[in-house]
Amino acid sequence: MTTAVAVRDASDEPVPERGARAAAAGVARAVLRNRKATLGLLLLVVITVIAAVPSLLAPGDPKAAIYDQQVGPSLAHLLGTTQVGEDVFTQLIWGTRLTLVITVAVGVLVTAVSVLIGVTAAYVGGATDGALSLLTDVFLIIPTLPLLIVLSTYLEGSGTIAIIAVLTATGWAFSARQLRAQGLALRTRDFLEAARARGERRRYIIVAEILPNMLSLIVASFLGSATYTVATAAGLQFLGLGNSNDITWGTMLHYAQQNGALESGNPWWALAPGAAVAVLGTTFALLNYAFDEITNPALRPVRRGRPAA
Amino acid sequence: MAVPLLDVRDLSVAYLSEAGDVGAVDHVDLAVEAGEFVALVGESSCGKSTLVFAIARLLAPPAEQTGGTITFRGEDLVHLRGEALRHLRWRDYSVVMQSAMNALNPMKSLEAQFGDAMRAHEHVSRSAIRQRTVEVLRLVGIDPVHRQSYPHQLSGGMRQRAMIAMALLFSPSLILMDEPTSALDVVAQRSLMGQITQLQRELGFAVVFVTHDMSLVSHYSDRLVVMYAGQVVEAAPTATLFGRPLHPYSRGLFDAFPSIRGPRTRLTGIPGSPPDLRRPPAGCRFHPRCPVVMEACRTQAPRLADQDGTLVRCLRYPGSAAT
Amino acid sequence: MSFVVRRVGLFLVTLWAALTLNFLIPRLMPGDEATAVLAQFHGVNPAALHALEVEFGGTAGQNPLVAYVEYLGNVLTGQFGLTATRTPVIDVILQGLPWTLGLVGVTTVLAFVLGTVVGMVGAWRRGGWLDGLLSPLLFILTTFPVFFIALVLLYVMGVAWHWFPISSNYSLGSTPAPTLAFVWDVLAHAILPGATLVITTAGTWIFTMRNTMVTTLAEDYVRMARAKGLPSWRIMVDYAARNAILPNLTGFAMQLGFVLGGSILVEYTFSYPGLGYLFFTGTTNHDLPLQQALFLFYTLAVLVCVLLADLATAWLDPRTRGA
Repeated sequence: MTTAVAVRDASDEPVPERGARAAAAGVARAVLRNRKATLGLLLLVVITVIAAVPSLLAPGDPKAAIYDQQVGPSLAHLLGTTQVGEDVFTQLIWGTRLTLVITVAVGVLVTAVSVLIGVTAAYVGGATDGALSLLTDVFLIIPTLPLLIVLSTYLEGSGTIAIIAVLTATGWAFSARQLRAQGLALRTRDFLEAARARGERRRYIIVAEILPNMLSLIVASFLGSATYTVATAAGLQFLGLGNSNDITWGTMLHYAQQNGALESGNPWWALAPGAAVAVLGTTFALLNYAFDEITNPALRPVRRGRPAA
Repeated sequence: MAVPLLDVRDLSVAYLSEAGDVGAVDHVDLAVEAGEFVALVGESSCGKSTLVFAIARLLAPPAEQTGGTITFRGEDLVHLRGEALRHLRWRDYSVVMQSAMNALNPMKSLEAQFGDAMRAHEHVSRSAIRQRTVEVLRLVGIDPVHRQSYPHQLSGGMRQRAMIAMALLFSPSLILMDEPTSALDVVAQRSLMGQITQLQRELGFAVVFVTHDMSLVSHYSDRLVVMYAGQVVEAAPTATLFGRPLHPYSRGLFDAFPSIRGPRTRLTGIPGSPPDLRRPPAGCRFHPRCPVVMEACRTQAPRLADQDGTLVRCLRYPGSAAT
Repeated sequence: MSFVVRRVGLFLVTLWAALTLNFLIPRLMPGDEATAVLAQFHGVNPAALHALEVEFGGTAGQNPLVAYVEYLGNVLTGQFGLTATRTPVIDVILQGLPWTLGLVGVTTVLAFVLGTVVGMVGAWRRGGWLDGLLSPLLFILTTFPVFFIALVLLYVMGVAWHWFPISSNYSLGSTPAPTLAFVWDVLAHAILPGATLVITTAGTWIFTMRNTMVTTLAEDYVRMARAKGLPSWRIMVDYAARNAILPNLTGFAMQLGFVLGGSILVEYTFSYPGLGYLFFTGTTNHDLPLQQALFLFYTLAVLVCVLLADLATAWLDPRTRGA
């Protein structure tokens, strides 16, 4: 390449060691400076609080079918009521908890599975890598929702655990591939050679040396999986799969659609949970982008000068 | 004296950034006569490539020209925009880049890329394109059968020559070459240099040749211009500069290249590394590395002064000190 | 050549994996869904019943390997058993197929074209108003779930503004006929579901295209194209876009699985009687034969598209084509 202008000395000074507290302060500063991070974090906190103490905002019983049926929003019912007379706003607030639980659970599990498979494939190599990579590729191509639908139909009535299980089973492939790629890149680095030379056991090397270096990718995997899970779980429940007795935003959507809320009833019964799902998904996406930008300066916005002719 | 073909005065180019602008080219003068071979030499990041791209009006953000004039054939090149600039491109001056593998479109055949350039400036038939392609390929010694070849199918040397062939499409009067030989082995380098000078003799175009390899280019150039940290530090006819380098930096460069003939001397490099151009050293930019540094060098920035036909920027010579 | 062999190999392996998965699921899943499925089919055409038994493991003591081979044979001959309503699965699928094919096919092409153009222009004028508008807009569009966008469109344009019909693929009571009125009716019914799909599919593609374009625009051969004086649009299309699309083609095809998933939700929202809607009705009826067959079809669709994209990439890139 031609026009590189060296901006720093040929001898790059090493970054001085900082204490853990300084590092944490650095992270806090970075988060506050990045708009996406601040917004995402704010939303996440609000949603988590709502999930933890729903009675704070909606003191009623979400399943109490005692009100007028499918009426629109009013002061008494901020989002109107459902077909059988439940208060939509109450349901929305109370449904937050299960929705969030499913999202986080799947996010954690998917990350765990993909770390296991990806890092093992990268580090063990050979035939194991070949087999695991093939498995990953296959699951990457197979369309998720159709498979999810088939699996869920078998497990109908088995409750939340079933949904979490099938979502994990179909969602791990993407992160696994990314983690494997990074694992391969790290594998040849010097500090690993040093660990091998010290005679450390493979398992130790993987856990104590490789994983910390992949931390940022692991966090990114979690955030990405969460984003994906929010919409997919809701989509499954929207179609009627998953436990219909649970109150989640997805099940609300299902009943709303089945009862023609948009066409002839209370449209907010459908639009509100839909918007809630969108907001939760956006929250995790914001955090994901922000995390990327904070850890990779190359992604930050470019200042544009006068355009050249 | 005739009006020079290319007259660059007081040109400055900076890379804009939030962390601070980097002055890559600092008030540079450069004049090129018709048919002249001017070599622009210096270490990496001295600004020579940036200078050449600025002249060719090929800078891209964040690089920007921050001052100076560029006159080509008497016309102001800086304020030329849009169609007028596009019209000049390739017909009057062309560019050869360092790596043909990157500079040639990997998805297009040679003839297609040559044709693109031709069709951008005039209505040409496919046979006219074919004809001219064959002509220029022959000029650089490539078998015309390769006109349908893709860049990856050619050897490194052939690719560079193909780039030169492309630069010759309109027989321009000036070709700006940015380290065209750096990606080649020494044998191919020599061959390419020979080719370039032969073509220069035949077709009469001027060349601005950017390189870090002083010894290679000094056999072929008419004039040598030495750059350091964005400034011209010495400029003279090649033979003069070769025989009598004035600036301590030029002397250091020459001392670093061994000579096959002549007495065996101790090889010396120039200790240290080029300065950070966000905060260039006060006074003379070379003073931290200069073997003959004086006290005044640390505070006074020398100007370019004429020393018997050699332009030199050093306080050791009269005229360089600011008044 | 080996590239083609490898990609076809991956295609076959994944297809085999999907078929095997289909075979294993009824046998591995907890619960008694599989036997329940078979229980509802007493007194039915024995050939079809047997096919179901082979697929779902009904016949006690049947060697699973034998069943497996027979199952594969059945799939290849289109024998998928019966749906809950006692009609051959293959017939039901063929009925819904053209509608989904039309909807998804057209919207994918539209999204591809739209995404390419917008991404291209956004990258070309990086930092300009379009790019600035794109980032937040795209962010919203790519993170909002498909069904939300579908519901919003349905409500706003279908119910509130009455612009378009909100369910089915053509008006109740009309009979399909090659008349202009019918075609118009079909199009009107396809607009809202189609728009939803275009919006969501184009979103990710614009993002990818823009980012790849930005990288491509920094390449030397794009700068060379500028140097040759090519007009801007030509550089954008012929030198940048072309080189930017190719590496992303396979990625676009792999995204298809996601798009197909989205189409299921869209068809459900708009009661559009394609294959996706069948998925939904299959759920209500616990119609596993139908659902499993649909799963195979969807997988096959993605595989075929990925293979085609792989082959197209190999063929269009001169570096892999010639070698």
